[in-house]
Amino acid sequence: MRRWLPPALLLATLLGAWQIAASTGVLTSVFNLEAFLVASPAEIASSLWGNRSLLAENAWVTLREVVFGLGLAVISGLGFAVLLHLSGTLKRATYPLLVASQAIPILVLAPILVVTFGYGIVPKLVIVVLVCFFPIAVTSFDGLRAVDPDAIKLLRTLDGSRWQVFRRLEAPTALPYAFSGAKVATAFAVIAAVFGEWAGANSGLGWLILQDNGQFETARLFAEVAILMAMSLGLFGLLALAERRVVTWR
Amino acid sequence: MTAENSQIAASSGPAPASMDVPEASISIRALEHAYGELRTIDGLDLEVGPGGVVGLVGPSGCGKSTLLELVCGLREPSAGALEVGGADGGGERLARCAYMPQRDLLLPWYSAIDNAALALRNRGLRKTEARRQAAALFERFGLAGFEQTPPAELSGGMRQRVAFLRTLVSGKPVLALDEPFASLDAITRAEMQEWLAEALGAGPRTVILVTHDVEEALYLSDRVAVLSARPARVVAELRAPDPRAPDRDTAVTDPAFVAIREEAMRALREGMR
Repeated sequence: MRRWLPPALLLATLLGAWQIAASTGVLTSVFNLEAFLVASPAEIASSLWGNRSLLAENAWVTLREVVFGLGLAVISGLGFAVLLHLSGTLKRATYPLLVASQAIPILVLAPILVVTFGYGIVPKLVIVVLVCFFPIAVTSFDGLRAVDPDAIKLLRTLDGSRWQVFRRLEAPTALPYAFSGAKVATAFAVIAAVFGEWAGANSGLGWLILQDNGQFETARLFAEVAILMAMSLGLFGLLALAERRVVTWR
Repeated sequence: MTAENSQIAASSGPAPASMDVPEASISIRALEHAYGELRTIDGLDLEVGPGGVVGLVGPSGCGKSTLLELVCGLREPSAGALEVGGADGGGERLARCAYMPQRDLLLPWYSAIDNAALALRNRGLRKTEARRQAAALFERFGLAGFEQTPPAELSGGMRQRVAFLRTLVSGKPVLALDEPFASLDAITRAEMQEWLAEALGAGPRTVILVTHDVEEALYLSDRVAVLSARPARVVAELRAPDPRAPDRDTAVTDPAFVAIREEAMRALREGMR
């Protein structure tokens, strides 16, 4: 309870200040804006409620892209980290390329993916995976390497096979690292899904944001951003919760 | 365990470990080892009979830990003969030796008993059976009630006990102990030396004990080999006056003990030149 109090108070204060500034016209006069460009928190909340079915429908589309994309990134990232760890040759061959691949601008890649895979979920998944794969693979790989060499020797004299060294020592050592990578990736995943929708889509919150931006639906625009933030926070929270349940020794 | 064995055990203190352990001797002749250009061991000879306890003391960085790793089959020598239980292959040495590193290295994701039972689990025993076998030793060596405790909640001394039981539970004939109590405070260390003395008396194990503490080596071992500075060789071998005496404080202040300790210190000083 006490942990939630400071951020909740800060948020309430900020929203209150925003509400007052918007409804008294301070925002419009200070920034010299047209009235329809300024949405107060109350207007955003009422838009959130009034458009709930439209927002829910599109949020569901984006949530699926984020969750499936993140899931695929976790599976492929962990798998790749293990392969790199087990094979020195593979590591030498691919690690520099993996790092270099991060310099490829998704901005350039996205339209190509849309042309190739169409307006469905596939190009969004590809973009989310491309963005999220790297932090998960790198942290997990570092985690696997963080094992104490003396502990490996110890396990070998305790008749541990290569697989048992992996299962009893390396994998648990790497687990907290992998969780850190996945938590970083959740923040990226939502942005990546929205970006994927901007490149070409006919549903989803990102797509809706583009529509509302063009039509100056300011209140609904903010409502969509609020949902995206909640999505990101929620996923991060779920991962943190899972980490506490799994990594009990920290 | 045979009936004959348990009778011997009953007459000589606590019963041996819960499993039969074959005996093995260690034979090292003209051993050499180098990391590239750096020669760590040069012409080292050492014999440890089955069930014998030999302490190794030497200056820091003289190659004591390397020697243990060689014995355990974790490294291969550059030259010379190295046999454990009559076999010189690395895999065979590995199969006969249990290694206790300087730090306890208990795995934080396992309870105390699961750490102690690691070797049994690695050999494919089911969790319940592995725990049952390890629990018998917990009972006997003052760890009863701590079976389910995570390592992080154990004191330094308790952690070392679990780490030592982990090597004992492995059921291997040779125990290679690398400065097992170096990280403990003086009082806990003295307690642990007494505890280990009793534990070593429980079953016939061949032990190599590396330590930088001459007193600890002379109290716990039958024989102490003093090593020179790197590259290591044996400069003196001393017989301990009263190995693993029940009362440590009396044993280490005995004039005969003190005299040999001083002799060992002299050898150590000469070996450093």
